[in-house]
Amino acid sequence: MPVKVLMFGWELPPFNSGGLGVACHGLTRALADQGVEITFVLPKKQAVKADHMRLIFADIPDFDWTQFTAYSSIPGSVVLDLEHLPPDLLSVVFQYAKRAGEIAAKIQHDLVHAHDWLTFPAGAVASGRSGRPLVSHVHATEFDRSGGHGINPSVYQIERKTMTKSAKVIAVSQFTKNLLTRHYAAEPGKIAVVHNGVDLGEYAPVAEEDILLPLKSAGFKVVTYIGRLTLQKGVDYFIHAASLVVKYHPKTAFLIVGSGDMERQLIAQVAGMGISENVLFAGFLRGNLLKQIYRSSDLFVMPSVSEPFGLTALESIASGTPAIISKQSGASEVVHHALKVDFWDVEEMANQILAVVSHGSLHQSLRTNGQTEVQKATWGAAASKVINVYREILGK
Amino acid sequence: MPAVCLYFQVHQPHRIRKYRVFDIGHSHDYFSDTSESNLNNKKILQKVAGKSYLPTNKILLELLLRHPEFKVSFSLSGVVMEQLKEYSPETLESFQELAATGRAEILSETYYHSLSFLYSKEEFASQIRLHRDLVRDLFGQVPTVFRNTELIYNNELAAVVARLGFTGILAEGADHILGWRSPNFLYFPVSAPGIKLLLKNYRLSDDIAFRFSEPSWSEYPLMADKFASWVNAVNGNGDVVNLFMDYETFGEHQWESTGIFEFLRHLPGQILRHPDNYFVTPSEAVAKFPARGELDVPYFVSWADVERDLSAWLGNPIQDDAAGKLYSLEHQILLSGDDRLIADWRRLQTSDHFYYMCTKWFADGDVHKYFNPYDSPYDAFISFMNVLADLRLRLQTKLASAPAPDAQIPGFV
Repeated sequence: MPVKVLMFGWELPPFNSGGLGVACHGLTRALADQGVEITFVLPKKQAVKADHMRLIFADIPDFDWTQFTAYSSIPGSVVLDLEHLPPDLLSVVFQYAKRAGEIAAKIQHDLVHAHDWLTFPAGAVASGRSGRPLVSHVHATEFDRSGGHGINPSVYQIERKTMTKSAKVIAVSQFTKNLLTRHYAAEPGKIAVVHNGVDLGEYAPVAEEDILLPLKSAGFKVVTYIGRLTLQKGVDYFIHAASLVVKYHPKTAFLIVGSGDMERQLIAQVAGMGISENVLFAGFLRGNLLKQIYRSSDLFVMPSVSEPFGLTALESIASGTPAIISKQSGASEVVHHALKVDFWDVEEMANQILAVVSHGSLHQSLRTNGQTEVQKATWGAAASKVINVYREILGK
Repeated sequence: MPAVCLYFQVHQPHRIRKYRVFDIGHSHDYFSDTSESNLNNKKILQKVAGKSYLPTNKILLELLLRHPEFKVSFSLSGVVMEQLKEYSPETLESFQELAATGRAEILSETYYHSLSFLYSKEEFASQIRLHRDLVRDLFGQVPTVFRNTELIYNNELAAVVARLGFTGILAEGADHILGWRSPNFLYFPVSAPGIKLLLKNYRLSDDIAFRFSEPSWSEYPLMADKFASWVNAVNGNGDVVNLFMDYETFGEHQWESTGIFEFLRHLPGQILRHPDNYFVTPSEAVAKFPARGELDVPYFVSWADVERDLSAWLGNPIQDDAAGKLYSLEHQILLSGDDRLIADWRRLQTSDHFYYMCTKWFADGDVHKYFNPYDSPYDAFISFMNVLADLRLRLQTKLASAPAPDAQIPGFV
C-alpha cells in the first residue's frame, strides 16, 4: 500500500518568493516518483504547475501571496485571538489552520506533513482532527529569519509547540538540527536531517549567448549574490568584502540580485564606500533570466549570517559557477568543492574572491569538481530519507 | 638467505601559514604560524618528535647495542634537519647517536624534498649537493645511495642520478613495473646499467605502515614472530627484503597504544632467530648483490596512493598552475643572488605544498584529508599563490634591471 500524505505548504513555483516553494516542489515530485501519494494543500488557488500530486486550495480570503511571503517575520508581538482575526499574516496562518481541520476530515491520509511555521498550525490542527501523526519539516526558523535581531515570540511559540506535538521533525541540515536542540529544546533523537537536493536538469550549463557579455567584454569579472536583501542573508558583509576586492582588482563587478527590506540601506552603503561603479543592483529576478545569471557569473557568493540550507549555492554550482559559501549554512555540509568562509570574516571573503577571479586554474578546479559532486545532491536522495522517516513513524 | 633492508623516511615540510592577499608586500614570513592550528611548524615538529622520533630512536639505539648484526637506514630531508636544529635539538642529537654506531646509513635526496627533477635538472642537482653538505656536517657521512622524493622514479631519473655518481636508487616495487618479477632482488635500469635499484616490498612494508592496527585485517594483531615468519618465507627466492616506510609510522601514524613500539622492539630479534637471516644497509646491498635483471620504467612511479603515480602532487589545474609558476621563476631567483629569496623559493618547492592541493577523493575524507593541515585543497592553493605573488614582488625589487613594480600586484590581473 502506498503511503498517503496530507501535506501543507505555503507556496509553489512560479508563485514563490524563494527557496521554500522550490524545495516543496522538488521534494514532492521525488516522493511521488518513489510511490508516495500526496495531497498538497495551498492557502489559496493559484495556477501552479504540479501534476505529480493532488492539489487542494484552502481558499483563505485574506491571503495575498505578494504580501505574505514565506519569509515574513512579524514585527512586535501579536495578540492571538482566533475569534477576531485582523487581516494580517498571523490571522491568515490561523484561518489556514481552521480550514486544515475541515480538509483533514475529508481527505484520507496516513500522516500529515507540514512545511515551516506558516503551515505548522494547519498541520497540527489537521493531525489533531484525524488522529494521524504529524511530521514538521523545518526549512528555516525564526532565529534564521530575524538574523539574530529579536525573534517574534508568537512565531517562536508556534514553532516550538508544533515540534513538541510532532511524531518526527525533519531539519534541512545538521546546522538547523543543532539550532532546534539549542533554542527549541527539541529532543535530538526526534530530529532527522534531510538535506535538500537540487533540480540538476534546471541548472545544467547550456550553450547560449552570454547574458553578462557586455560587462565581461569590458574586462570585468562578475561576482554575484542572489537572495533576499535581509539581515539573515549577510549582503552587507558581501558589500564590505567588495570594497576590499576593488582595491586589488578594480575590474570586478558585484551583481546583487534580489529585493528586500535592506535595499535602501545597502545602496547607501555602496555609495558611502565609493564603489557604486562596481556594485550593480539587479532587483528581483526569476525564471530563465535568473538561470542565465547563475550560468554566466564568474563566481557566486552566499554570505548568509544563518542559512538553514542555502539552495542557491547548489544551484550555482550545478550551473557551473564556483561558489563561496558561508560556514553558517547547511549547504556547507553537503558541498566540499567550494570555498567556505565565516560570514563576518570579510577579509577572508575578499581574499577568496580575489583568488578565484585571479587564478583561472582555481576557477576551473572548483567548477569541474563542484559539478561532479553536486550530481549526488538529488531530490531523489532526499525523498528516500523522508520515506524512511514515514516508515519509522508508521511502523512499516 | 634473505637479508632485510630497513629504510625510514624522515620529513616535515615548512607549512605555509594562512597568508592572505592583504599580506602581500607587507609580510615576508611565510612559514611562521604560531597558532594552535596544524600550520604551526614548531608545534607539529615537537609533537611528532615527542610521539615518534625520540621514542623510536631510543628503541633503535637499544637494538643496535643489543644486536651487533642489526642495521638501519634513513633519509632525512634538509627541511626536517633544519627544523630539528631549530625546534628540537635533542632529537637531532639522537639521530646523530644512531649514525655514530656506524650501522645507521643516511641516504641522499633533494634538500627540499622537492619535485625539482620534474622541472629542472639543474635545480635537482643543486638540491642534492645542498643535502649532501648538510648530511656531511651533521652526520659525518657522504651518501652513496639516492632516494628521490616519495620514491618518484623513472628511467630518466636513473640516468641523471647515475651521472651524479650514485651507486644505487630506491624505488617502489609497484606491480605494474615488476610484472611477474620479485621485488626481493636488485635490478638495473635500462637507462643506466651501472647503477642498481632497490625496490620496496610494498606488501610487507605496508603490513607494518598501514595495516598494523587495522582490526578488520585478517592478520590482526600482527606480532613480530609472525612477521619474521613471512620474511623467512622469502628464503631461497630472494636476496633482500626491502622494508621502506615513513618513520612517523612508529608512534604517529600508528600510536603507541597499538603496540607498534613493542613490535619494533622484538622485530630484529625475531628476524635474527632464523640463522640465514641478516640485515643490510642500502649501500651494502648494492655492493653485495648482483642485479638480476633489467627494469624499464618509462613512466613515473611513486609510493603514493593506490595509483602509485604523480597524481598526489601534480595533474589537477591548481597543482600544475602553482608548480609551473613557481619553477618559472628559477632563472631570475637564482640571478638575484639573494640567499633569503632563494631559500624561500626553494622551501616553496617542497612536495607537500602540492600534496595539500590534491582534490582526488577530497570529498570522501580519505588519507589526503587526514594529512592536510588546510581546510581544503583550495585554501592551500590560495595561500601558496599569495606567497608566490609576494615572492615575485621581492624579486622585482631586488633585480635592478627589472621594470619598476606597477600599481598592480603581480599575479593579480
